[in-house]
Amino acid sequence: MSSSINWFKYSSPPAFYPLAGLMAPWFLALAAVLTAAGFYIGFFVAPTDAQQGEAYRIIYIHVAAAWMSMFLYVMMAFWAGFGLAFNTRLSSMMASAIAPTGALMTFIALWTGSFWGKPTWGTWWVWDARLTSELILLFLYLGFISLQAAIDDPRRADKAGAVLALVGVVNVPIIYFSVQWWNTLHQGASVSLTKSPSMAATMLTGMLIFALALWMYSIAAVLMRVRSIILERERHSEWARKFTEAAP
Amino acid sequence: MKWASIGDFIAMGGYGLYVWGAYLVTVAIIAAEIAFLVARHRAARKGSQDS
Amino acid sequence: MFSALRCVVARDLLVVMRNKSDAANTLFFFAVVVSLFPLGIGPETALLRAIAPGVVWVAALLASMLALARMFAADFTDGTLEQMVLAPQPLGVLVAGKVFAHWLVSGFPLVLMAPLLGLQFGLEGDAVLMLVVSLLLGTPVLSLLGAVAAALTLGLRASGVLVPLIVLPLCVPVLIFGAGAVDAVASGLAAGPHLSLLAAYLLPSVVFGPWVASIAIRIALE
Repeated sequence: MSSSINWFKYSSPPAFYPLAGLMAPWFLALAAVLTAAGFYIGFFVAPTDAQQGEAYRIIYIHVAAAWMSMFLYVMMAFWAGFGLAFNTRLSSMMASAIAPTGALMTFIALWTGSFWGKPTWGTWWVWDARLTSELILLFLYLGFISLQAAIDDPRRADKAGAVLALVGVVNVPIIYFSVQWWNTLHQGASVSLTKSPSMAATMLTGMLIFALALWMYSIAAVLMRVRSIILERERHSEWARKFTEAAP
Repeated sequence: MKWASIGDFIAMGGYGLYVWGAYLVTVAIIAAEIAFLVARHRAARKGSQDS
Repeated sequence: MFSALRCVVARDLLVVMRNKSDAANTLFFFAVVVSLFPLGIGPETALLRAIAPGVVWVAALLASMLALARMFAADFTDGTLEQMVLAPQPLGVLVAGKVFAHWLVSGFPLVLMAPLLGLQFGLEGDAVLMLVVSLLLGTPVLSLLGAVAAALTLGLRASGVLVPLIVLPLCVPVLIFGAGAVDAVASGLAAGPHLSLLAAYLLPSVVFGPWVASIAIRIALE
């Protein structure tokens, strides 16, 4: 039966370790190329915005990072849930590997959002719906990371983290809705920070390319991190010793 | 988008501090993450050797 | 099944009755925290009236957090929790009993005390009533979400600091709808939408909270 595909071949940590090692550099390279392309289009093709001047160019990275922060949280919850349901170690390791990158994306979204807000709206922080939701998302990531860090037994940490991530992912839309509601109630007609300039096609392209670049980078970072997690957890095993002896 | 000079490009119409403040910190964070990941992997490899 | 529920509630209440100071501490904390705000901000009545709903609600959130560690900790250390897991009754029902008892001791008293604090901040009749109603709908959610967090952190050294970090972000909608309801009434608007949303958050929490908490307890006991 040489034609059947063994889908689960790479679901064991020892099998996935070298695969991840092969893939990561390619994703990094892809991210670099896309970043260069996005930078060129965003800074050398897209025109100046009529209202916000050159300051609007921050949205390329701000929106890309915000999208990634939310996407990564969903991915993290997916892998954690998968690991909880099917008792697969590698799935849970992936969830743990995603969390720090997701948290950093959230931080980047907050930082760049703040730097966009200062020249356009006058303050370093605006309690608008999206920034506030991003802040809460950062707390959700930190809660997941802290919970796993506090539990010594890795399998318990995997499962407890999974429960928290699933409760979180269900809550994220509710939190987002409630914060948006809160924002409109209190700010009324005033404009929110997240109102982007009317998008010229080139601006939108730049933003999408940056988003793709961050996505490729995130994949690379998660693959690199999961390799370390695999080694850390399996360090007493024979295959780990063999693999780390052989090649760098 | 034609920039008149490199000086203009850096100044970003007066918003240079904000635009580059945002992008440079992002680059720094990403570079730091990669550096940490490489160091962590190196330590993990060493850990597998010792046990 | 209901007799098991009654049994669990009665036992937890009996334990609390023997150590009344635990229950009282939550109330004192609530009152103290609320009183700190005027001291930090200034006694200007208009300002205090404006911030009253938010302050009372946040203090209620924090006071509930304090008591959460107690929900399962004692039973975890002396082995009763394991017995509950092994019992023929569904664990979710037993957990629901513990959550209800926790709310009776640490949530409901806050609801009763809230009018006094609201009046201290200059809230008028209708707004004070809405404060009570919103807290009545919201504090059970805090106990339910808190039960999940307490179950996840059973037996951990850092659980005291970890539980608030885990629970508080999840409680944001409750805070927004609850404080918003009081704000609405204080401004002369209707609080209907806020209360509906609070109730909409409460119902799934009641249905799913004990179930998720029992999953978390089993994970902790493995």
